[in-house]
Amino acid sequence: MSPVRLSQWRTGLAVVAVRAVNGVSRRAGRGAGTVAGGNAGLGIDPHLLERLARGREIALISGTNGKTTTTAMVTRGWGVPVATNGTGANMPAGHVAALVASRAPHAALECDERWLPEVVDQLAPRVVVLLNLSRDQLDRAAEVRRLAERWREVLGTGEFVVVANASDPLVAYAAGTAPHVHWCAAPTTWTLDARSCPACTRELMSGPEGWRCSCGFAQPPAASYLEEGDAVVRGTPVPLALGLPGRVNRGNALLALAALSELGIEPSAAAPRLAALREVEGRYGVTEIGGQPVRLLLAKNPAGFAAQLEDQAQGSGPLWIAINDGVADGRDPSWLYDVPFEQIRGRPVWCLGSRRLDLATRLWYGGVEATVVEGALPRHDGVIDVLANYTAFQDLRRGVVAP
Amino acid sequence: MFPELLGTYGDGGNALVLSERLVRRGRSASVTAIAPGDVFPEADLYLLGGGEDGPQRLAADLLAASSLRARVADGASVFAVCAGLQLLGTSFAVEGDAVYPGLDLVPATTVRGPARAVGDAATRVGGRIVVGFENHGGVTHLGAGLAPLGEVVVGHGNDAAHDGFRAGRVWATYLHGPVLAQNPWLADEVLSSVLGERLEPLASVADALYEARCARLRAMEA
Repeated sequence: MSPVRLSQWRTGLAVVAVRAVNGVSRRAGRGAGTVAGGNAGLGIDPHLLERLARGREIALISGTNGKTTTTAMVTRGWGVPVATNGTGANMPAGHVAALVASRAPHAALECDERWLPEVVDQLAPRVVVLLNLSRDQLDRAAEVRRLAERWREVLGTGEFVVVANASDPLVAYAAGTAPHVHWCAAPTTWTLDARSCPACTRELMSGPEGWRCSCGFAQPPAASYLEEGDAVVRGTPVPLALGLPGRVNRGNALLALAALSELGIEPSAAAPRLAALREVEGRYGVTEIGGQPVRLLLAKNPAGFAAQLEDQAQGSGPLWIAINDGVADGRDPSWLYDVPFEQIRGRPVWCLGSRRLDLATRLWYGGVEATVVEGALPRHDGVIDVLANYTAFQDLRRGVVAP
Repeated sequence: MFPELLGTYGDGGNALVLSERLVRRGRSASVTAIAPGDVFPEADLYLLGGGEDGPQRLAADLLAASSLRARVADGASVFAVCAGLQLLGTSFAVEGDAVYPGLDLVPATTVRGPARAVGDAATRVGGRIVVGFENHGGVTHLGAGLAPLGEVVVGHGNDAAHDGFRAGRVWATYLHGPVLAQNPWLADEVLSSVLGERLEPLASVADALYEARCARLRAMEA
């Protein structure tokens, strides 16, 4: 066989392997099986991802928080069949599985922030969306500034358009060398990782034009931004009446609409489609746990918690919070002390998950009334909001509360 | 001190824990976060957290130029974790193996270890256990006359045998982040040392957390 024929044959075999393994895995009840199949395929053909991506129009979505939701927004807003890794399998094996599962010429793929440099190289995306960058599970990941440096290296070389959140100094630094950037302003409440300048480490100042440093590095002017009830995308205001709650999702929607505009989709056509989203992979959905109706909210790290607590501070009544320390959560719950729990003082909190005592201790020091749940779950009237970190959220989706 | 430079893992928790443990006992305490360029305050206790290489270097420069050494000589206390521990010594290694001068408050030198030490860790301090988590790439050698804070029970600490150091009113450990939150007895030891008096007991859920972490440690050892 010629080398070309051999490589085509290898890719074909790899695709068959992805389908076979995922089929078996699904029938065996081991979830969607996307990662197992993807790994089998990559084992046969290391260039599989590159080959599956060829000829497709791909939007890649990365950042610390909001990846899954923003990917769902891009997918829904596109208005055509889109290949996507909607279950959150966001490393190469998950990307392979998504591109094998659908032959659609369009793909919206979320990407783990640590894998972004490799995946950008292999997928040759049309658009790369950068939402935010903050501390997340640092006991297993490189520190956040080093990550921004790696992003910067790979983004400086691309043909793609980077849709970047200019309000986040680390994102602005990472996208700063990219040839084509669509800057968006989606302000966050989280500033702990961005108080010092990513370029020179001096303290950042904030002003009417956004953040800036005495070294000259400053917030880039945004082409798209939020204004009252509207998203303004390159000068065109579009009403945002989202089915998903919270300020953070308005920011996610802005970046999704900006990304879609770079893919030729009119924001006015995309906005109503993405507004129809009410639940994303269990997030914001209402379910029952031990007979108690609950609304599940995911918050995996300080920035995610800060955004959720900002919404919760407007509410009243009991709140459940579940904190686990699985490998996917990070084994070290130190980050609880970076979360501004003080803003929910006055709301009684029930503490769940494998690190419920760490949570209760954090809340005690923060002056928040906390009860550690041991054994039977409490019962309340109405639907209770539950904030949970990653594996705690997955447990709760299945109706399980970790011991 | 400089939470935006030294505050990688919820290290601000230690200041919260110490001040709340005084306030809940009806005493007063105030916490001031110091940013680069701020006037150096006169305090009873200075807290140093963990940080990445660049910010750690900057913090070391800022502290070297400050009156911290003079304040400590006058009787102020220091509680430092992780990168904060490293920069109190004579020198520490940063990116690659470049050696950077520390504050020289204690005779300790930190070099880059062969691998990062990441995971649950525990130190025995005078017969009691301190539980926590470490994540660092340093190996710290203590010079003559400098006593470690305690012996390593689990984890790596300075050199797989000892963790941190204790030089009078200067305390340091590799157990990072809000280590005082998990170890209420150590928080009270630090407070007692600063105040020069024993404190009455203060019961809270933190005691249950400490017991649970110690029980887990015993189960791991068994």
